[in-house]
Amino acid sequence: MTTKSFGEPILRKEDPRLVSGQGRYLDDLGHDALAAAFLRSPHASARILDIDVTDALEVPGLIGIYTYEDLEGRVAEPLPLLIPHPALLNGRTGYPLANEYVRHVGEAIVMVIAEDRYVAEDVVDLIKVSYEILKPVVGIENAKAAHNAVHPSVPNNVSAHSVKEVGDARAMIESAPHKLSLDLFIERSACSPLEGKGVYAIWEEDSQELRLWSSTQTSTGVRAAVAAKLDLPLQKVECIAPDVGGGFGVKIMHPWPEEVLIPWAARKLKRPVKWSEDRREHFISSAHERAQEHHIEVGFDEEGRILGLDVTFFHDNGAYTPYGIIIPLITSTQLLGPYKPASYRVEFTSLFTNTVLVIPYRGAGRPRGAGRPQGVFAMERTVDAIAKYLKLDRTVVRERNFIQPHEMPYDLGLIFQDGRPLEYDSGDFPASMAMLKKMVGWDDFETMRSEYAAMGRKIGIGVACYVEGTGVGPYEGGFVQVETSGRINVATGLTSQGQGHQTVFAQIVADELGVPIEDVFVTTGDTRRFPYAVGTFASRAAVMSGNAIALAARQVRDKALRLAGEALECDPQDLEIVDGIIRVKGDHTKSIALKTVAVLSNPLRYAFDESAKAATQFAVGDTSKPPVPEDQEPGLEGKDYYSPMASTFANGMHAVIIEILPETAEVKILRYVVVHDCGRVINPMIVEGQIHGGVAQGVAGALYERMAYDESGQLQNASFMDFLMPYSTEIPTVEAGHLETPSPLNPLGIKGAGEAGVIPGSAVFASAIEDAEGFEIRRMPISPSELWELRRTMKENA
Amino acid sequence: MNPEELFLVELTVNGTPLSARVPARRLLSDFLRHDLRLTGTHVGCEHGVCGACTILLEGKPVRGCLIFAVSVAGSAVTTVEGLVNNDGTLGVVQRAFHESHGLQCGFCTPGFITTIHAYLKENPHPTEEEAREAIAGNLCRCTGYQNIIKSVLRAAELIDSGVRDDH
Repeated sequence: MTTKSFGEPILRKEDPRLVSGQGRYLDDLGHDALAAAFLRSPHASARILDIDVTDALEVPGLIGIYTYEDLEGRVAEPLPLLIPHPALLNGRTGYPLANEYVRHVGEAIVMVIAEDRYVAEDVVDLIKVSYEILKPVVGIENAKAAHNAVHPSVPNNVSAHSVKEVGDARAMIESAPHKLSLDLFIERSACSPLEGKGVYAIWEEDSQELRLWSSTQTSTGVRAAVAAKLDLPLQKVECIAPDVGGGFGVKIMHPWPEEVLIPWAARKLKRPVKWSEDRREHFISSAHERAQEHHIEVGFDEEGRILGLDVTFFHDNGAYTPYGIIIPLITSTQLLGPYKPASYRVEFTSLFTNTVLVIPYRGAGRPRGAGRPQGVFAMERTVDAIAKYLKLDRTVVRERNFIQPHEMPYDLGLIFQDGRPLEYDSGDFPASMAMLKKMVGWDDFETMRSEYAAMGRKIGIGVACYVEGTGVGPYEGGFVQVETSGRINVATGLTSQGQGHQTVFAQIVADELGVPIEDVFVTTGDTRRFPYAVGTFASRAAVMSGNAIALAARQVRDKALRLAGEALECDPQDLEIVDGIIRVKGDHTKSIALKTVAVLSNPLRYAFDESAKAATQFAVGDTSKPPVPEDQEPGLEGKDYYSPMASTFANGMHAVIIEILPETAEVKILRYVVVHDCGRVINPMIVEGQIHGGVAQGVAGALYERMAYDESGQLQNASFMDFLMPYSTEIPTVEAGHLETPSPLNPLGIKGAGEAGVIPGSAVFASAIEDAEGFEIRRMPISPSELWELRRTMKENA
Repeated sequence: MNPEELFLVELTVNGTPLSARVPARRLLSDFLRHDLRLTGTHVGCEHGVCGACTILLEGKPVRGCLIFAVSVAGSAVTTVEGLVNNDGTLGVVQRAFHESHGLQCGFCTPGFITTIHAYLKENPHPTEEEAREAIAGNLCRCTGYQNIIKSVLRAAELIDSGVRDDH
């Protein structure tokens, strides 16, 4: 039997290449290309008065200097607003190069092209720009106050406003036996992949074709956007995502200014051009996420059941809104998690500030998280507050508010980010909680606390739950082809940034076709191989492309069995494929290799090798029929698409036990436990790896990372020296437990897993710190000095 | 302005003598990547923090982005490409990463592999805590480090069991 690989911890096919230095990331390509560098705004808000390039022109090796004035056609127009929404009243996007005004530090003003990057940066240093400095808007408070405007045409700095209601939450709160209100804040962070963005473009003057490579999460998106901007037929543009060094959301945005400008320059100069983002550029000109301020009113009964929940929040969307308002939309819909308040009202206002734009960051997106960590933080803090008020166990209040398994599918009465009703398809929350409590030893924790207390040590335990909409539409496609050599080629349009797609998709095909996984080769993110796709975000790749590829493989299987049935003169239903051999069930003497069927599927005139010889006209075929029967196509291949009615919802629960040092207020993680349900698991090793990585980003977002803007809009920690991305010494060993409730929505029963680890990070740490210290934690991330300061204030007030 | 003066830099890279003429300010990481076209060494921050560009200079791990190529002329450098066995099979640390799922996007991986390779020469039997400390100078955004620590321990185990490692 062919070993079944679905569900097995198969080692990754991409590894041998990547561990031996044979990966090909963006900057590994195009050694001889011209290099681009950008002069970026040093001011958060300013009017450009003059750009003086006199000195710069003297630099040997300079090829060209470009400002907004040099841009032509649609390249000179504002960048597209990718995701319009009725609530986005005042969407604004920037230009590829600043047009008179700059609205955040880091906005590109001048593009320099030179023989190499060193020279290009020399030139940038010699360009003198004079500015009229304007008063910037930094932070949600200033944006709300609106003493200054980010865009003069946008009143009160408000880009979007939305109110959603399920039931009459305000009345329900009013009449509830108990009420609480909370103010909760989350600061900015960023995806921070180890590889920045990058673009490399080759213009073929003879054929008028553009080939571009981008370190992107959506090569089809970039292709379409660039073709539109450069006014080229789509067929004349191809875009390839090479190996990509991490994405987590920031690379789903497109087109970035550089993705338009580099191809434009390559065409203009008729020479290959490349730009690789450096770390500082990534901090000040890519994207951030997470900053939100929430006000919550909640009404509940004696048992802790939520009768009414009213959430009002403000979202800092930065200077532009090219990606629309996906983040606050996700917060507003995913906030409820596994709970079913009797009524719910959510109102959000999205605000412009003179800071880098925002894009869904994992948890809002492997993108890991997008908008969800904020929503979970708001909801879980609320549930903890109810438990504290009623002097109930925090898990008991959660259990009392859970949607029960028999209530699935559960309609929450809201519209999700894909424009479809928010309906949970599956999940067993009580079972997840029971598993979590057992794993972390929840019921024995008070004993542990006393033991530590006896040693003079202070510990705390936290818990947080989430539900994550994954496998967001509209669709993905898959292509499967059997070569006459027996090699199986698989292609899907979405991209990979480390999720192991070359392995998990190969596992699916190996099982569906009955072939060894070694024979299966997967290509992702290359528009030459599969031109229709959406992209890799919101934990959707395995669900969307996995199912599409499975469907395509089933087509190939059907065709192979039909052709084999003809060759073996038997009913295809009596055939099976094992290890690449099609044979009669129960009679293994009658068989034909899959690769031979590939030969038969493509009747040939010319014999270019031994296997082709077998398929030439004089070798095969029933002379009474056409070589390729009507309604059939040559070749053993299949293509199919998967387009779900709705997202599928994964869920999970985290618990953390921490110790807080008495002198320094430093938080040490003693244990970190995750229970998650992502449906049927294709490769548990890879899923677990995704969870480890997500938890690391959750820890980072809770305890270390933030974007430290000063009041003038300068990002003060725009380097890895100052932005505290955790090393191995800060990240705990994760203990993970798995629960599998298969999704009924797709053929493979899978749900997404890319963001599971990150979403409850801030919530679970706030819960644990509050438990250890005894006072309320309302703002995350929290540094030791902030916690120390909080302690002191609490002591003074007491 | 005059064109930059070029200097001949000769290095022994992965056992092979290689050279190129470059300006004095060419970083060793760029020299390896763009002049010698050994792109296995990656650049993640260019200010010495992330460790993706870690290479072995006379066997010791150093940040390729903090050294000028001209300042190490005549030295022996080992990159991740040079840790593959002579018969083309994976070196022991590379194999351990594969077996332990020690990488996801793979961008930071070369810097970890060179660092761990040098570390295990000095401490062939690390405890889990020592393994954690050994990699604490390199950043990874994908894995949460758990499986990288596992990779260190697995590599030590493979070396003990006598698995081939030519370097």
